[in-house]
Amino acid sequence: MSEASTNATATAAPKSYLDDGSTIRSWLLTIDHKRIAILYLISITIFFALGAFAAAAFRLELLTPQGDFLSAETYNKFFTMHGIVMIFFFLLPSIPAVMGNFLIPIMIGAKDMAFPRLNLLSWYVFMAGAGLAISAIIAGGVDTGWTFYTPYSSMYANSHVILAVTGAFIAGFSSIMTGLNIIVTVQKMRAPGLTWFRLPLFVWSMYATSLVVLLGTPVVAISLAMIFVERFLGFGIFDPALGGDPVLFQHIFWFYSHPAVYIMILPSMGVISEVIACFSRRRVYGYTFVAFSSLAIAVIGFFVWGHHMFVSGQSAYAGVIFSFLTFFVAIPTAIKIINWIMTMHKGSISFDAPMLYAFGFLGLFLVGGLTGLFLSTMATDVHLHDTYFVVSHFHYVMVGGGVMGFFAALHYWWPKMMGRMYPEGWAKFAAIVIFIGFNLTFLPQFQMGYHGMPRRYHAYAPEFQIMHVMSTAGASVMGAGYLTMFSYLIWSLFKGKKASANPWDSRGLEWETACPPPTHNFLETPVVTQDAYSFDLPSVTCVLEKKDKPEEHRV
Amino acid sequence: MKSVFSLLPEQASTVAGQVDAIYLFLVAVSIFCMIFAGLLVLVFSIRYRRRAGVESEQPHEDSRLEIFAGVCMLVLLMTLFGWGAKVYFHSVRPPADAMEIMVTGKQWMWKLQHPQGKREINELHVPVGRPIQLTMTSEDVIHSFFIPAFRIKQDVLPGRYTRLWFEATKVGKYHLFCAEYCGTEHSMMGGWVTVMTPADYERWLGGEVAPIAGAPQETPAQLGEKLFAQLGCTACHSGAPGSLGPDLAGLPGSTVKFTDGTQAVADDDYLRESILDAQTHIVEGYLPVMPVFRGTVNEDQVIQLIAYIKSLSGGAH
Amino acid sequence: MSSASQANEHVAHHFESAEQQRQSAQLGMWAFLVTEVMFFSGLFAAYIIYRSLYPEAWTVGSHMLSIGLGGFNTIILLCSSLTMALAVHAAQTDKRGASARWIILTIVLGLAFLGVKMVEYSAKIEHHLVPGAHFHLDPAQELANLQAAGVQVGDHLRHAMETVNTAHVQLFFSLYFAITGLHALHMIIGIGVMIWLLKTTIEGRYSSAYINPVEVSGLYWHFVDIVWIFLFPLLYLVGRH
Repeated sequence: MSEASTNATATAAPKSYLDDGSTIRSWLLTIDHKRIAILYLISITIFFALGAFAAAAFRLELLTPQGDFLSAETYNKFFTMHGIVMIFFFLLPSIPAVMGNFLIPIMIGAKDMAFPRLNLLSWYVFMAGAGLAISAIIAGGVDTGWTFYTPYSSMYANSHVILAVTGAFIAGFSSIMTGLNIIVTVQKMRAPGLTWFRLPLFVWSMYATSLVVLLGTPVVAISLAMIFVERFLGFGIFDPALGGDPVLFQHIFWFYSHPAVYIMILPSMGVISEVIACFSRRRVYGYTFVAFSSLAIAVIGFFVWGHHMFVSGQSAYAGVIFSFLTFFVAIPTAIKIINWIMTMHKGSISFDAPMLYAFGFLGLFLVGGLTGLFLSTMATDVHLHDTYFVVSHFHYVMVGGGVMGFFAALHYWWPKMMGRMYPEGWAKFAAIVIFIGFNLTFLPQFQMGYHGMPRRYHAYAPEFQIMHVMSTAGASVMGAGYLTMFSYLIWSLFKGKKASANPWDSRGLEWETACPPPTHNFLETPVVTQDAYSFDLPSVTCVLEKKDKPEEHRV
Repeated sequence: MKSVFSLLPEQASTVAGQVDAIYLFLVAVSIFCMIFAGLLVLVFSIRYRRRAGVESEQPHEDSRLEIFAGVCMLVLLMTLFGWGAKVYFHSVRPPADAMEIMVTGKQWMWKLQHPQGKREINELHVPVGRPIQLTMTSEDVIHSFFIPAFRIKQDVLPGRYTRLWFEATKVGKYHLFCAEYCGTEHSMMGGWVTVMTPADYERWLGGEVAPIAGAPQETPAQLGEKLFAQLGCTACHSGAPGSLGPDLAGLPGSTVKFTDGTQAVADDDYLRESILDAQTHIVEGYLPVMPVFRGTVNEDQVIQLIAYIKSLSGGAH
Repeated sequence: MSSASQANEHVAHHFESAEQQRQSAQLGMWAFLVTEVMFFSGLFAAYIIYRSLYPEAWTVGSHMLSIGLGGFNTIILLCSSLTMALAVHAAQTDKRGASARWIILTIVLGLAFLGVKMVEYSAKIEHHLVPGAHFHLDPAQELANLQAAGVQVGDHLRHAMETVNTAHVQLFFSLYFAITGLHALHMIIGIGVMIWLLKTTIEGRYSSAYINPVEVSGLYWHFVDIVWIFLFPLLYLVGRH
């Protein structure tokens, strides 16, 4: 504490983290969690653009059934690139590495993450993995699909599987480092008075996410390593000619990759809790249920991987057990949705841009969740597996849920991160355009899926063309929405109105420091005395009984 | 063919209607939930919109709503689970009298062989109203046999057999797709399933509907018998007393005991393994002398050999 | 609290106290070791499934490994765990010289392990037991060799040798090389960490007030040992019966 006060006397007006050094070196060698978050934000934006470019190319290709814009080989490489880039290099790090990195220390009143150098290392490791994956694309592409199913990936594909697999493998370690940091930071570095049940729900959901990362990521890493060993060293592990079992790869792969879906959605759920509470000015309804449902989803998520494999040739009895367990994921998820809606009840609701994105999340994620029931029911899954229905379902969950949540977070905490406001009107406009464009893109895909349109098809039966045209049209609307958002956010960095410390009049430690925050977040370690979401009180550090000049704790 | 805008695609098998019933129920549940949630959000948004001088009211901790919702969900979900599992088990258990058609997938075509010997590529002709069982394997990567109008799908794996069955209910022509991504021409790996009246099917088998040029008309069992002789299997598996190898008549479906004390049912997978890698399991009373045929015979030939071995005990069946 | 943090210059800027820093370091290492367990578990899953499918291949595979060298390596690693524990203890009690000496011994034992491992690997290469195109195993010949060497061949082994499918033995060796290779990689990283630890110990960075790096490196070293304690019986011993 003495350290903090000497700082305060040395510089009367504390420098924001953005002004604390402006050289490239000061950014690339920073150990400030906020700057690392910005490094991540820039990188994932680039990867998002790359993944979106691939999507644009194959959506154009799918305008005609005979597949004349791209060759079959190129088409396969584009959807693989879309999957690998979007999942490993955009969605997985999106909220955890950007928002989690930036916010968790501030939300719990710490000066930094527990392991700042590890945090920086994670970004370099991430970029190294991305570099390898991108070099695979430049060298000629990968055509296995992001799932890398054996024996195709290990013995038959003629593309740059090894580079891509190594890239994804390395990127996994960056997730592990971030997850490890979050776990230790939340466990050990909470400010005095900040008990577990005073934590913002975003912290709970990030904690649950990090548990999934720690337990799951190493397993997918080893499954990718086994492909590497089989393909590069020629050691048969899944080779059927040696008695190996290619389905075993699927088991090991999905053991991680199903929980990975929760790595993409749980953080968004945390964001939505924050945003809905703030713009309803109300404590989240059933706080403990929402907090524990995050943990429940994380735990149950580890026992349902076999539902990706109902038609893979695993035993029918295994399928039944996985189907049974899968339904249990729906319960905590439904409770969360109910509680978010109930949070609005008797609130004082305003419709700022983050709230509109949160509404978008609610609508799209609800569709994603409900269509999940179609796929966990065995009889319908047999028909729907590997069709566009599945494609649409996971886009509703991962884009409608995950990415809309990320955008809600970006708009909600943008003033905190950048110190500037974006143009509210444009932001609302973009939220609505993206929502409409998304539905136009993916609703037709449910319909074609049930009619039997298989996924990963370069050329398709002509009767599906009308649906593909609708989908591509919708995708261009959605693309326009993304471009609008990108433009006004960039504009706001230079021309946006300066943000006040708490522009939404929200509650939580992150709103009790400057916008943007100083390098060590707080000039003095805050002492928390109230629950999160104390909208009936002036701040979470105010002291009600004893007159202890609550203003002093605020920056 | 039904328009893609119609609620349901063509139903042409006995399970299609059952799957569609679950689908419609789920659609109804989804629409209800979306309308319900949408209305709540709308009503709250209007009723509790921010107004000057009106403060929000903080909630009290109360678990009744969550518990009620959880119990309702549980009932709904278990209904879905039970219903889905019941239809699923029905759809994966072939009836005993099903006609068996052998399927081999390879990059990027389906090769099919009827019990009477007729062979097709990327086309499947079947009679209406008769259960058909497909026994499938792959020569290379994983494929998946998918007939949307029948609502069935099964992955086809290298190195083992998977099964699929259906009973077509409607004469017509339906899509056949490969649903598991299998490489460059994945989207071309498919064709048509033609469901015919039994009389038309018999005519088709007889060759009145143009057969594939050059396709042999011998049955798989006959081809298998020739192979059996060519490969020299008769030397040991003649069935004569004192032969080096066991008599194969009556073997399929029986229980065999191995020298290590374990036992197994001689199903297709066992027969396949025994042909390719005989050393894996040695039947009690015999020596491990049979050569390895992996690499010598391809998947089609294994299927023919199995058909022949089965035909040896045809009378007993 | 503030006096404590001033007294110890090792407390990083973002920690409130030395105790908080120490607990964070330990929790971080334990969490990391959990990820390591999961990392190896994928390979163990493959091991368990293939072993239950092809027990005779596992019997033959186990017999092709040198139990003497494996056992010797087990003893080496157990000793290295002891020397590591003594190094940590010496650091805790401010005996810098002793700590450095124990670390050196740990490094030497680690290198010895890797040396023995290399001998084993080269023997496997010589005998064409590396999976792939050059893999060659003639069980009948092996059986004859064993009998010629006067080894008592039990029924279990004889039966396995007679009936084994050599393709399945390839699977065994794929997993053998994958698992022991991954373990060896961990050993190499561990030795790297030990060298850094030795350098910083000699520089006098650690005292009873600050030994986090020594403690967490020790945890890591013990973990790598424990993995071997599982590997040795699973690969070398279990298939023998």
